[in-house]
Amino acid sequence: MRRLETTLSGIFLGTLGSAFVAASAFAEGTGADGSADGFPDPAAGWDHLWKEVLTDITVIGVVFMIAALYMLIKFRAKSPDQVGGGRKLTAAQAVAWALIPASLFMADDFFLAANGWTQWNVQRRVPANAMEIKVTGQQWYWSFEYPDGTETDQLVVPIGQPIVLRMSSDDVIHSFGMPAYRVTEDVMPGRITYIWFNPDKPMDTVVTCREFCGMNHSVMYTKVRAVPQKDYEAWLKKQAAAG
Amino acid sequence: MSTPASATLPHHTGFNLKEWILTTDHKRIGILYLIGSMAAFGVAGIMALLIRMEQAQVGAQLITDPTQYNRWLFFHGAVMILAFLIPGLTGFAANYFLPLMIGAKDVAFPRINAFSVWLFYFAIILALLSLVIPDGPDIMWTGYPPYSVTTMANTSFYVFTIHLLGFSSILGAINFLVTVIYMRAPGMGWNQLNMFVWTTVAAFVLQLVFIPVLAAAVTLLLFDKYLGTHFYDPSAGGDVLLYQNLFWFYSHPAVYVIFLPAVGILFEIIATMSKNRIFNYKIAVYGGIWGIIAIGGIVWVHHLYVAGMPDWLRLGMMVTTLLISVPVGLLVMSLWGTLYKGAITYNVAMMYAAACLYLVLVGGLTGIPLALPSLTLHLSDTSFVHAHFHFIMALFSAFALFGGIYYWFPKMTGRLADSKMAVVSFWCNFIGVNVTFWPLFIIGLEGMPRRYWNYEMFPQFQPYHEVATAGAFLIGIGMLLQFINFIYAAINGPIAEDNPWKSKSLEWTHCPNPPGPGNFPEDVVVDENWTPYNYNTD
Repeated sequence: MRRLETTLSGIFLGTLGSAFVAASAFAEGTGADGSADGFPDPAAGWDHLWKEVLTDITVIGVVFMIAALYMLIKFRAKSPDQVGGGRKLTAAQAVAWALIPASLFMADDFFLAANGWTQWNVQRRVPANAMEIKVTGQQWYWSFEYPDGTETDQLVVPIGQPIVLRMSSDDVIHSFGMPAYRVTEDVMPGRITYIWFNPDKPMDTVVTCREFCGMNHSVMYTKVRAVPQKDYEAWLKKQAAAG
Repeated sequence: MSTPASATLPHHTGFNLKEWILTTDHKRIGILYLIGSMAAFGVAGIMALLIRMEQAQVGAQLITDPTQYNRWLFFHGAVMILAFLIPGLTGFAANYFLPLMIGAKDVAFPRINAFSVWLFYFAIILALLSLVIPDGPDIMWTGYPPYSVTTMANTSFYVFTIHLLGFSSILGAINFLVTVIYMRAPGMGWNQLNMFVWTTVAAFVLQLVFIPVLAAAVTLLLFDKYLGTHFYDPSAGGDVLLYQNLFWFYSHPAVYVIFLPAVGILFEIIATMSKNRIFNYKIAVYGGIWGIIAIGGIVWVHHLYVAGMPDWLRLGMMVTTLLISVPVGLLVMSLWGTLYKGAITYNVAMMYAAACLYLVLVGGLTGIPLALPSLTLHLSDTSFVHAHFHFIMALFSAFALFGGIYYWFPKMTGRLADSKMAVVSFWCNFIGVNVTFWPLFIIGLEGMPRRYWNYEMFPQFQPYHEVATAGAFLIGIGMLLQFINFIYAAINGPIAEDNPWKSKSLEWTHCPNPPGPGNFPEDVVVDENWTPYNYNTD
């Protein structure tokens, strides 16, 4: 009984501790602000968080799977009349077998929630120097409007500067998904949604539609190009002239 | 015709179609649900194969018009969830076994029960008609406006199908809740109920509370489309997200309407085949099952993480979503603990149960990244999500249901369905689901969008799609063998003993195979020491 009490209080302290860690991470996340030149990269943050979560769920999955396999093999009946030897738990054991796993699961939940929250603040807080591009979704193409009013059908952005997309739709719901920059957000009529990303190196990639939007949903994609600043300016000039 | 057919017959003799159609016997109604839901599974399964064939390679494989593909997707999703999983688990399994497990002669309202199954069949007919009408719905099972309102397709069949199924489910829910509350065998306390009874009670509570919200959501959709209202139209003061909130307010709990009875079946198989008591029964019931009920209704916004919801709401629902791991974890502890020191005998039912232990881990744990809005910001609507919910909802529940069919096969038919063919079909299914869905996790992480017939922008994903398609056909072969086995065994299988698995549960100990009208030859009375899992009395 004494050992049980010690274990339980240890678990409670552990949970309390992880809740405290979580709370301070929340506070820190809320305090962080995107400044003009130093801002965290949301895509790198995504990759980091993913690795952390993947490790977490892999460890849990492997532990439980090994336990299941061990028992499925070890506890095979030796004779047809054999019955199981599982004991009835005492009240204290029953409560311990609820509180200990529940505390462990909750501790893990709060830990992941705190890290998720911190990354969320990075993803949602647009740096002050971000360049704004307007995005419109239509059945079935994307269009982009640059700060100087130029309109294009593909997204070309200069590297080294955060980009914020303010998005809306002219008809049904679409979703703007750019896997290379780890961002997606729905685009819908009557609302303006946003995402921001940080093109830090030259790269050609795509944006696809992620929300079912009718017949040509699967071909509603276009190029996304991150290019050096001077190439961007030359491109924009050419587009403006053509438009 | 004023008395129920079952009351006037001493026992069922031979096959009589009229008796089956007009039956008020919960067991026959259960079988009718089983036949209907398996037919739905067959048709929706063929759609799945068509979808996978279309996706096998970049560019058009089968279709001449993308709308064709979109209709398959719609039909596959809507029918698998609404006409296979929910009716298979609650309509069939609860109908047949819940009254037997509590020692009742039938359900509280047998004629309402008959009415429920009729509504279910009308709904299936409507759903099948939507396949052949000229403007078949292509709106996905979620039917999000504005697309579902502006599309030329006919969405009324789908809305009416939901109305009929909803009505059927609500009547069923009331019927079964009343049955469990008032018709338990004398002496049977709440802590002596089968786990399957508890899980279906919970599922029926969810149906009763949440279905009306879905009915309202789709009714407003119907008004917007055909009567010119603007509930979901922002250009006239409506809101596109209103529908999504209402839809998921029901449709997330619907996941537990499917998951919980599947867990219940798993408990029955594992406890019986291990001849062991349920590990930590009260915590599993009051913490696990009722914990899911308590939190399950306040997590729906995780379906709208990238739909422009306020940030505070996304974060709040991140915490509630993660906390679902606590009740589910308690159920997992209880399932694992029931194996501990068991005396396990293996048959096909137990093989399915063992597979479920793996499926619940893969499906459940891949839900954790999706509980975080920060990770969903990239994963949303990719095939990662698609693979996740197939593992936890479709595969886990279908495997539990098929395990349950093998487990209760002797009860329903008097014959055994365990055969070499059943083992072969099990391995086809188990290997098949892994070959199909693991590649989808991988390309989902790389950004493969859902609901695409063409992925010319991502040609590098083609090998993964080819593997997934091969896996789907392996499942197809497994399922075909399985159905052949069921039909053959029902007619020609070896005769089973009365209680082939030596279970302690009332459906095995107190009534013959199959039970006649009225279920029990003698009234069932239990004492306070009885439990359905009383294998050793230590």
